[in-house]
Amino acid sequence: MADLTPLSAAKQRSLLDTGEVTSVELTQAHLDRITAVDDRVGAFLKVTGERALAQAAAIDKRRAAGESLGPLAGLPVAVKDVLCDEGEIVTCASRMLEHFRAPYDATVIAKLKAADAVLIGRTNMDEFAMGGSTENSAFQPTHNPWDLARSPGGSSGGSAAAVAACEAPLAIGTDTGGSIRQPAALCGVVGMKPTYGRVSRYGLVAFASSLDQVGPFARTVEDVALLYDAIAGHCDRDSTSANLEAKPTAPVVNEPLKGLRVGVVPEHYAEGLDPEVKAAIDAGVERYRDLGAEIVEVHLPHAAHGIATYYVIAPSEASSNLARYDGVHYGHRTDETAMHAELAAERKAAAETGDKAAIKKIDTALVRLYRKSRTEGFGPEVQRRIMLGVYALSEGYADAYYVKALQVRRLIRQDYDQAFEKVDVILGPTTPAPAFKLGELTDDPLSMYLLDLYTVSANLAGLPAISVPCGMSKSGLPIGLQLMAPPLEEERLLRAARMHEDAFGTAPLATL
Amino acid sequence: MSDYQTIVGLEVHVQLATKSKLFCGCPNRFGADPNTQVCPVCLGLPGSLPVINAEAVRLAVMTGVALDCTIPAYTKWDRKQYFYPDLPKGYQTSQFDLPITEHGALAIACDEQEPRTIRITRAHLEEDAGKSLHDESGAGGDTVIDLNRAGTPLLEIVSEPDLRSAAEAKAYLTELKLILGPEYLGVSDCNMQEGSLRVDANVNLHIDDPKKLGKSIATPIVEIKNLNSFRAVERAIEYEAQRQWRDWQETGRRIGEAPKQTRGWDDNAGKTIPQREKEESADYRYFPCPDLAPVLNPGLEVERVRLAMPELPAALRLRLVTDHGLSAYDADVLVNQGREVVDYFLTVAAESGDAKLAANWVTQHVLRVMNADGKSLEEVGLPPERLAGMIAKLTAGDLPSPRSREVFELMIADDLDTDAAMAKLGIAAVDESELVAICRELLLANPRVVADVEAGKQQAVGALIGQAKKRNPNADPGRVREICLELIAKGV
Amino acid sequence: MAISRAEVERVALLARLDLDDAQLEALTPQLAEIVAYVDSLAAVDTAGVEPMAHAVELHNVLRADEVRPGLSHEAALANAPRKDSVGFKVPAVLDG
Repeated sequence: MADLTPLSAAKQRSLLDTGEVTSVELTQAHLDRITAVDDRVGAFLKVTGERALAQAAAIDKRRAAGESLGPLAGLPVAVKDVLCDEGEIVTCASRMLEHFRAPYDATVIAKLKAADAVLIGRTNMDEFAMGGSTENSAFQPTHNPWDLARSPGGSSGGSAAAVAACEAPLAIGTDTGGSIRQPAALCGVVGMKPTYGRVSRYGLVAFASSLDQVGPFARTVEDVALLYDAIAGHCDRDSTSANLEAKPTAPVVNEPLKGLRVGVVPEHYAEGLDPEVKAAIDAGVERYRDLGAEIVEVHLPHAAHGIATYYVIAPSEASSNLARYDGVHYGHRTDETAMHAELAAERKAAAETGDKAAIKKIDTALVRLYRKSRTEGFGPEVQRRIMLGVYALSEGYADAYYVKALQVRRLIRQDYDQAFEKVDVILGPTTPAPAFKLGELTDDPLSMYLLDLYTVSANLAGLPAISVPCGMSKSGLPIGLQLMAPPLEEERLLRAARMHEDAFGTAPLATL
Repeated sequence: MSDYQTIVGLEVHVQLATKSKLFCGCPNRFGADPNTQVCPVCLGLPGSLPVINAEAVRLAVMTGVALDCTIPAYTKWDRKQYFYPDLPKGYQTSQFDLPITEHGALAIACDEQEPRTIRITRAHLEEDAGKSLHDESGAGGDTVIDLNRAGTPLLEIVSEPDLRSAAEAKAYLTELKLILGPEYLGVSDCNMQEGSLRVDANVNLHIDDPKKLGKSIATPIVEIKNLNSFRAVERAIEYEAQRQWRDWQETGRRIGEAPKQTRGWDDNAGKTIPQREKEESADYRYFPCPDLAPVLNPGLEVERVRLAMPELPAALRLRLVTDHGLSAYDADVLVNQGREVVDYFLTVAAESGDAKLAANWVTQHVLRVMNADGKSLEEVGLPPERLAGMIAKLTAGDLPSPRSREVFELMIADDLDTDAAMAKLGIAAVDESELVAICRELLLANPRVVADVEAGKQQAVGALIGQAKKRNPNADPGRVREICLELIAKGV
Repeated sequence: MAISRAEVERVALLARLDLDDAQLEALTPQLAEIVAYVDSLAAVDTAGVEPMAHAVELHNVLRADEVRPGLSHEAALANAPRKDSVGFKVPAVLDG
């Protein structure tokens, strides 16, 4: 049989429907592919092969019995290791949760199971989704399938790489400041961040609650629509869930939009934009013009403040969301015997000097337990962001940083509201440059943060946004084009993206 | 000599009587085995999210209306961040700058003084923490955490520093408990033993400034915790006022010259003890909870609550005094027993036609039986109609008043109505002519008594009362006495 | 606003992190650089702008007061680093 893994999910699904392939065969083909390439790519933290094959066999049995099956029946789906899956370890790529077994299903996981997806494995990520390179994983780096010396982007780098390397046709990621779109762009696949509130956050281990959103990866826009339809919808366990029916997009995704108005933003052509990326985006604009779309210049005057705004709000929320990892109820706890010995030694040393202030300064056992457990459990980037967030919320600074950032956030949103009065979608680069080398930016956090320039605004404003392949650099690295739409306009976004894909084609497959 | 005034403000936490917790569906119930009423949300597990319990919001609005608070059109949720093992998320979801209700007032009456109005600053909703079970042996063993209570709904009611004595503090708490507890609104069990009502007191003194007439000096504010009964609140405030007065005389320290101190009340020792100072100053880093949407309280909702609101103690006391002619004291006794007793009284009063007598019987006899036997009104087993029937017979003269207590007791003991109880006791109203005949006979047989009375010793008649009762046990002594005196006056 | 090492130490205690000298040395200039960058927000005119804490304007998301099944005692304690038959164990909270 020809290799199944490069096929789109839609094509795989039709082979399953016609009976040319069984779910077990399809699952095994992907497991074989993982075995063949993942020691080089490192997309997966855990491959749940046995469970996947059991799920596939059960689906085959039901298919044979003529039962009606879910929309993802038999299709392998890789899931970022940040969504709770009952009975499975959920690490968030952190030592803190290395042994944490979730006692419940995230709503997205429950929906995937209900859609009869085959959950093939848990993908690598930046620890607690903090980062843009997947190098902040406590367990392993993930390599870009296009150039193994380069980063796949992040934080959902494992999911993007898995799809790019044909280890799975579909994958779930999360996007707080670009964590789906940026790796999609760097790996040459399609990735969408839905409107904030479209996909339930229940069971998604929180990074920054007002920005986090779950979304799909695939190699085609149609497949992204298929996966999006399966996970979108109101959830009564998530108070920020949009209480609206999410209309299926897959049935209409291939219909082009007539009279489409595409916004281009001069502010997007900022300093630091790679000339090859600029050229590829310009070519994307021309494709839309050729398709009959109207190209309209719009302004986002506060876009330049997106990074500063984001790097106050996201760490502030993160510092609070990650306070629960204290080594008391679950997660990593420091070696208590060693800790007590350490405290005893400190007390003895301080007592010998007779310095009362020094004695008073020594932590209580409980405080030291917290401090050591957290410092051992969290990696440097997570610690950095917690520190930033605590600082931004602390007494005397909250108004200058946190509250100020919330105000600028509203101005950013207002810019979009005004722009969308003139255009249907806004087009621009997903990232300032193609994939960077692993290790290139690890010691320079601010430069790493600045790479999020084009993606953070959609999170701050709560808008849906998608990255689609739009070209290759001379050195053979994919370039992504980002489209944004007004809130809840995923259908418009996907149809517009599909128009581009029709003109440009999907990215070629990486050779591994 | 009183050259200082005690200034008290109270922070009262009441646990709301909802079925489920504030942000999840776990039961809100006291006394279950540790860590059996928990779920991913109240355990603070990764990925879990809160959803507001509508009933907790309704009970908070109801409390706000009852306490004359304003109900702002917009309220939101904030995270109060600190680390403690019984706080599984590392923050408490509470309300910081926009509480659900604020600017209220509660009238209290204390020691026969004119009623005073105590301003209420705010009442806000928040989730409770779990419980730390400390090693009681003193050996410094591990602490064990039980999270059953984590996430149960609390309403924190903060008063202005308007209370001026321990007695006023007690009166405030008593009235608050009466309004919120099962007797009236039922928003909380208000059970201090089970922790569904908890009190912290902020105490300081205003001392007359000897140098500047009419000016006063404030001492540093002390927050007293670990107050486990109303009696403890009273004692602790009294103790603390005296302690601060001594401290002022020794150190002259004023407010602002020492940080706000927290002291714990030691009930056995009868004193407040400073609690260990934390090595870092509190910085709760409040910020709006991104997981919870704000709540808008349209006026309609508040109006609906207002309409559904039961009559509150203060209004009820006023009605009993003005409409039913009760004394302020009787009205207070009845209302403080709760709505059920008031309704009982109202039925007895209406059916018997004598509100004052009804109040006497309910406050003196029915409550005595309830208190003596620890019974509820229902368990006493005297329907209000029966008591009313008895009172009606009394006022009509059909039941001799000396025997009414016997009848009352028998009605309860044997579950009888007035007629059956009187029949069983052999009580029948004595015909006036029969009584006159008996008296005449007795006077004729006892000329000595007649002579004594005529000589001005009216009390001599008393000797005949026992004899009259021998002839007819239902004879009313008062009436016998009256008839005898009349007959003697007329010359028998 | 420049951020000092002393401030980084204060924040580390608030954050319950235990940073050694080397970590403090590395982190202080990094945080200072990031904070200096976000200080650019000060230049934005935000007079009268309502802070935006949520990505979407939702209100009154309430649930009915109903009891839902939770976790068993065993499941609740399954991930506890240290526990006894009653609950989660920690070093004495009330120690010296």
